[in-house]
Amino acid sequence: MSSAPEFKNPIVRWIDYRLPVFSYMHEEYQNYPMPKNLNYFWNFGALATIALVLLLVTGIVLAMHYTPHVDLAFDSVERIRREVNFGWLLQYLHANGASMFFAVVYIHIFRGIYYGSYKAPRELLWILGVVILLAMMATAFMGYVLPWGQMSFWAATVITNLFSAIPGIGEAIVTWLWGGFSVDNPTLNRFYAFHYLLPFVLLGVVILHVIALHVHGSNNPDGIDLTGPQDSVPFHPYFTAKDSVGTGVFLLILAALVFYAPNYLNHPDNTIPADALQTPAHIVPEWYFLPFYAILRAIPDKLFGVIAMFSSILVLFVLPWLDTAKVRSARYRPLFRWFFWLLVADSILLGACGANAPEGVWLILSRAGTAYYFLHFLVVIPALGLLETPRTPPTSISQPVLATGNDPSPGAQASGGNQ
Amino acid sequence: MMRASLFGLGTAISIVFSGSVYASETPKLPAQEWSWQGIFGTFDQQELQRGLQVYLEACSSCHGLKHVAYRNLTALGYNDEQVKAFAAEYEIEDGPDDEGEMYFRLARPSDHFVSPFPNDQAARASNNGALPPELSLIAEARQGGADYIYALMTGYVDPPEGVDLPDGMNFNTYFASQQIAMPQPLFEDGVEYADGTKASIDQMARDVSAFLTWTAEPYLDERKSMGFKVILFLLVFTAMLIAVKRKVWADVK
Repeated sequence: MSSAPEFKNPIVRWIDYRLPVFSYMHEEYQNYPMPKNLNYFWNFGALATIALVLLLVTGIVLAMHYTPHVDLAFDSVERIRREVNFGWLLQYLHANGASMFFAVVYIHIFRGIYYGSYKAPRELLWILGVVILLAMMATAFMGYVLPWGQMSFWAATVITNLFSAIPGIGEAIVTWLWGGFSVDNPTLNRFYAFHYLLPFVLLGVVILHVIALHVHGSNNPDGIDLTGPQDSVPFHPYFTAKDSVGTGVFLLILAALVFYAPNYLNHPDNTIPADALQTPAHIVPEWYFLPFYAILRAIPDKLFGVIAMFSSILVLFVLPWLDTAKVRSARYRPLFRWFFWLLVADSILLGACGANAPEGVWLILSRAGTAYYFLHFLVVIPALGLLETPRTPPTSISQPVLATGNDPSPGAQASGGNQ
Repeated sequence: MMRASLFGLGTAISIVFSGSVYASETPKLPAQEWSWQGIFGTFDQQELQRGLQVYLEACSSCHGLKHVAYRNLTALGYNDEQVKAFAAEYEIEDGPDDEGEMYFRLARPSDHFVSPFPNDQAARASNNGALPPELSLIAEARQGGADYIYALMTGYVDPPEGVDLPDGMNFNTYFASQQIAMPQPLFEDGVEYADGTKASIDQMARDVSAFLTWTAEPYLDERKSMGFKVILFLLVFTAMLIAVKRKVWADVK
């Protein structure tokens, strides 16, 4: 695109000559070419960043008031809500913000799957995204333990105990994770330390994710490469404007949750202080872990249940190589589109299974759901690329637009060039 | 020692399964209407004052309210003098003094509600082995919130045919196992309301449910009034962002 701009401000010029941050911002967030056909699903990356910043800011302030001790943690959270200025707002923003972060990231992931955003040359970009997902999950899990309610304690007990399934050294690993022989104060302390550390690690991976994105640019709904300047618009003002619209809607939903249903996504049992002698009737994780919890419990063997649960995410790492199709976007893949929605339905089904006790029909459904989940990635996706006859995507993003009103045939591209 | 954790998990799982058995029989909670529901709903101070009275006369001898400070009662419409006088009715252990001794003094508005028992063991010992739960957060800690408290307060009935209650247990339609250690706390005219309201069981149950919703979330009114302004702002702001986006994109074919 255009070369580095002449900055008018002499201080800016002085700095930029020595450390070209202004040129960098200009190149990467102003002139940076974006496909002009992106739909609103491409808002979700920016929204995830906003959610992360929100969580970092509220989290740092909450950390100033929180006490990581088994005898004091629960009361300190309650004190934050009642006594700290706008403490209730901070705590609700942080808890509901985490839910919003997951919601936004899940949509972001499904968007990537639908439009084939993980395919060459964006495999590493995708892999970094999966690393972000894993870091998010670890952070969210440890954050959920901090209020030291009943669900906090028992979630920590159940999840750390998963490692005891590792043959031979499992028990030793669990003791090491706990810092003792049960979930107790050392566990809470280290979870607090990691809950504060991991978001910054996550932020680092997000930066790598964005750097990797800016190498080949965003994918687009047609799943085709940019052919020239006529296919793109500069990031600013076009996508700053479009991302702002999504941000407004995101904040509206967050505000509706925080101000009118702040505890809707919270389990009532987590308002009961942790009690090692009293197990809740049903131990359920937060909604964003339910599908994985369903996979864990669908399998009768503990070790294989744990392996299946972790594999359900690990399989995403190799998705770029499991998918044999040359065409990226589901727009031009009539069969894949059906299986995509089947995967979405399957994930929601698994979520419902995770919320219910693994008995009767729910156990059958969670087994069927788990089976399809892995079948989808390991069999359906590789097979579809070989069996499906995709429609031909347009040769350039401008083509379908330019073709309308003129000659609708593929040859219209030539006349498009004259306009 | 290594086995201890596995044993713990085994116990946990067995409790999970035995626990899930008794959750099934309780009927659905009837939904009540409350003053704080809806976008503009707020607490009714009169109702909260009556609820405080019910709590003090019917609940406070067994149930604590440790997250609430006496000074918080100004939110119920009491003035500073009234709160001071109210707090002074209670004694609280403080210390150590200069001699190293603990001592009792009158409670001040800055103190939190004095709990009826010094610890859980003492609470159990006085209650036939059952632990009366701390009530500050009970409305948030039970599915259904105020609806649940109301249902529980009005849910005492004679046990149906064939149900054999152990000694010291009572039958309540809405309690998880339907066997509750707490005897029926509310009786017709059990409280003489300061504002002259007729103290029916229904009235007292409603008032104490409202009061305990307030103790769980005393900032509810503030939350809702701020929420209305924030959402109104965001609606206008988002509308403007949409307009800007359309104008910016108008020239893109």
